This record gives sequence, structure tokens and C-alpha cells, in this order.
Amino acid sequence: MAALPDAEKLCAQLVRALQGVVGPSTAMVGIHTGGAWVAERLHAALALKFPLGLLDPAFYRDDYAKQGLAKDPKRSKIPFDVEGKDLLLVDDVLYTGRTVRAAMNELFDYGRPASIALVVLAERDGRQLPVCAQHAGARVEVPAGMRLRLRRDAEGRLSLELERAA
Amino acid sequence: MPRNPQLNGNGELQHLLSIEGLPREILVKILDAAESFVGVTERDIKKVPLLRGKSVFNLFFEGSTRTRTTFEIAAKRLSADVINLNVAASSTAKGESLLDTVANLSAMQADIFVVRHGSSGAPFLVARHVKPHEHVINAGDGRHAHPTQGLLDLYTIRHYKKEFGGLVVAIVGDVLHSRVARSLIHGLTTLGVPEVRVIGPQTLIPAGASALGVRVFHSMREGLKDADVVVMLRLQNERMSGALLPSAQEFNKHYGLSLEKLALARPDAIVMHPGPMNRGVEIDSSVADGPHSVILPQVTFGISVRMAVMSMVAGGG
Repeated sequence: MAALPDAEKLCAQLVRALQGVVGPSTAMVGIHTGGAWVAERLHAALALKFPLGLLDPAFYRDDYAKQGLAKDPKRSKIPFDVEGKDLLLVDDVLYTGRTVRAAMNELFDYGRPASIALVVLAERDGRQLPVCAQHAGARVEVPAGMRLRLRRDAEGRLSLELERAA
Repeated sequence: MPRNPQLNGNGELQHLLSIEGLPREILVKILDAAESFVGVTERDIKKVPLLRGKSVFNLFFEGSTRTRTTFEIAAKRLSADVINLNVAASSTAKGESLLDTVANLSAMQADIFVVRHGSSGAPFLVARHVKPHEHVINAGDGRHAHPTQGLLDLYTIRHYKKEFGGLVVAIVGDVLHSRVARSLIHGLTTLGVPEVRVIGPQTLIPAGASALGVRVFHSMREGLKDADVVVMLRLQNERMSGALLPSAQEFNKHYGLSLEKLALARPDAIVMHPGPMNRGVEIDSSVADGPHSVILPQVTFGISVRMAVMSMVAGGG
């Protein structure tokens, strides 16, 4: 199995890719928890005008009826007016697409953005919804029964790792 | 020991009947979830789709405007359908039993029953007889418990004081008849508040109060000293005629919260009241409307706390 890509390098790569698309109406929203870590990096490096938004779409998830309320829902904070913005929605790993669906539903309860582009550190197989990333740091092969997740250590360094799926 | 009727086999919240007996983790989870719902209630669109298609029946056998309304708003913000039943004026008046009323509503496909009843234990009785997918939330039963009020009090305290460790919380007034006080005391001790005090005249403090882990005071001067949180209880008018108290004026003189008495508490103390207030009896307007008062934020937080409770019970914990 190939080694997992370096999350730090992927962040730098995404910054370079996004420099070309950032405009005066661009704003960024990170999805809790891993997406928010990536978004913090990208937001700082791109020096965006609007403060970073954070979203936990726990209340919009489609698995609530099966799984109940997510363990530790965080408070969503969008400190700018979503109306008319070109949003960069940031997550760590794109897998089934269900989190992105939930996040988009929540975003529209804040207002009507001009556009939303999806930015992910890594994408993997297993989409269950017609969702694709406009900017993906890397494509990662994930063995069956495993999941790809982002970690942040005490110094704030990001790394991707595989763990057994629950 | 019998299984806690509020928890399912996995230890998740199935009904909310009383704070007593709930583990610390569940209380913290409710408060944390409420905090994320506060974010929802601050948006233009104050609604999330969690309980879409679910029916919440408000069964108030005893009057209440604020509690019923905040449950209704909470359910609507979760996208549930809410049915308010004026049961006291209909079925009960016609002689229908509590369980028959519930069975009929269950046949109309209820998901959550919010029950207020004048008799202690009524919501427990309902919870024992509902179907597995139905949930019961106690909105106040007799003198026993008012868990969502207790939880919103806990939320308010955590919001302003950040942590429970090191706090001195004083609960003042008619503790004897207060389900609010009972629920709050259980919550405070479970969450590790080191000093919970109750202050009131001998006739309005339950005989076994110290068994609940509280310190009993009969003097405001001693009891309020260095308190971080002062919770005033509502003095019900009927207590005056019940010979437990000489008069409202007499009560106000000794146990009403005035600016002068509040000065004994810590300078950053917060003042809470579950409402409705009797201004000039248990609390003076100068305090109720003053800078220490967090009485109206309590009402706002109550909506988020009830959203958290409903979404936890309906989602299986």
C-alpha cells in the first residue's frame, strides 16, 4: 500500500491552487472538526477579507433517525452574511458526500450564496450522492473496512491516517 | 436496583423525567447540545430539520404559559408538528383517565409527550405505559421535579460562570413546595458544585433538606454571603393563606431580594428566577431589572435546552 500523502504538503498545494480563484466576494467555511483545521490554515494563508465560518451540520444529518444526535455537536458560527458570497466549503476527507449535503442545507439557512465550491484535503472512493470536490489535495486509496481521518497533534501539525471503521 | 426508567438499554436518554438519577455525562451532553442549538436560535432561519415528521403533544394538566410556549417553540424549531391539548378542560373534565388520554393520543401517532401534571409521578406513570418509540418529557409534576427548568438553570449558570467547581449557589424562598429547587439541587450536586445553600423560613424548607447535600440557612445575611449565583423561587400566593407565612410584606422584609441584600453576595453574582415573578415579594424590581439579573436570558436559553432534550430523546440518546 502506498504511503499516505503528507497533510501539510497538501495544505500548501491547496493554497497555491486557491490563490487563482479568490476574489473580493470569496468567503470560507470549514466543517467541524477536521475541515475546520484545514480551513484555518487555508484562510490564514489566503488572507481572506471575511472571517472564517465554522459549521457543524449535526442537526442536518440524514442518519439522525438511525444514530441519534451526534456525540458532541459543535456550535456553527458564520460571522459574515452568506448572501451573495462565493463560498469555499472546506472539509478534510470527501467520502460518501452526506456531510457535504448536510452542510449545504445548513448554509442555505443562513442565506443564498452566489456559489459554493468544495475544497477537500483528500478524497476517496465511496460516494453515495452526486457530490464532487472542485479542489482536492489528493486522491487516496482506502482499503475496505478502514477509514481515512485527519489528526492534529499538540504542535498543530496535521497528518492523515488510516483507522478501522467503526 | 431497578433500571433507571429514563435510560434505554444502552444508557441513552429515552425519557426525561427528573434530573435525579441522571449521570453526569448525560447532563453535560444536554448542556453541550443546547449550546449548539443556541447558535441556531441566533440565525434568521431558526429552524433545523431534525424532528421533521415527528409529532409532539403538549399535555398540560396544569396551567402554564411560559413552559408550554417554550416547549412549543423548541419543537417547532426542530421542525416537529406540535399539538397543544387543553386536557384540563376536555378529556379529564369528562372523566377520562390519564392513561386513556395518552393511549388515545398514541393512537394518533405521537412521538413525544410533554407532560405537566399536578400530581407528583404522573410523567413516570405515562412513561411506563408508552410504546418503545414514544418519549416522555416531564414539564413539571406536583412538588416533585421540573427537569427542563433545572437544566436551563444549569445552562445559565455555566454560561455566565463557565465552570461549576468552586461555585456557591444560594436558592432562596419556598424550597418546600418547589419542584424547580429540587431539580436544580440534584443537577448542581451531580455537576460538582461544592456549596449549594437553601435559604428560607423554617416553614418553607423541607425537613430533610440537608440530606440533599445542601446547607440550610434561615437568614439572608448569612446565606447570601459570597454567593456566586442567587436563585430566587416564586412565592405562591396560596402559601400566605395556608398559614405558612404571616404576610407577603413580612416575607419580603426577611427573604425578598433587595439591592441591599444582594450586596452581600459576590460583586459578579448573577440573579435567577424561574418566573413568573412576584415583584415586591420575593424580588424587588431594582434587582429583577438590574445588572445582575439574568432572568430573561434564562427564558431564551430554555428554548435551546428543550431543543437539546427533545432531539436527544427522539434520537435515542
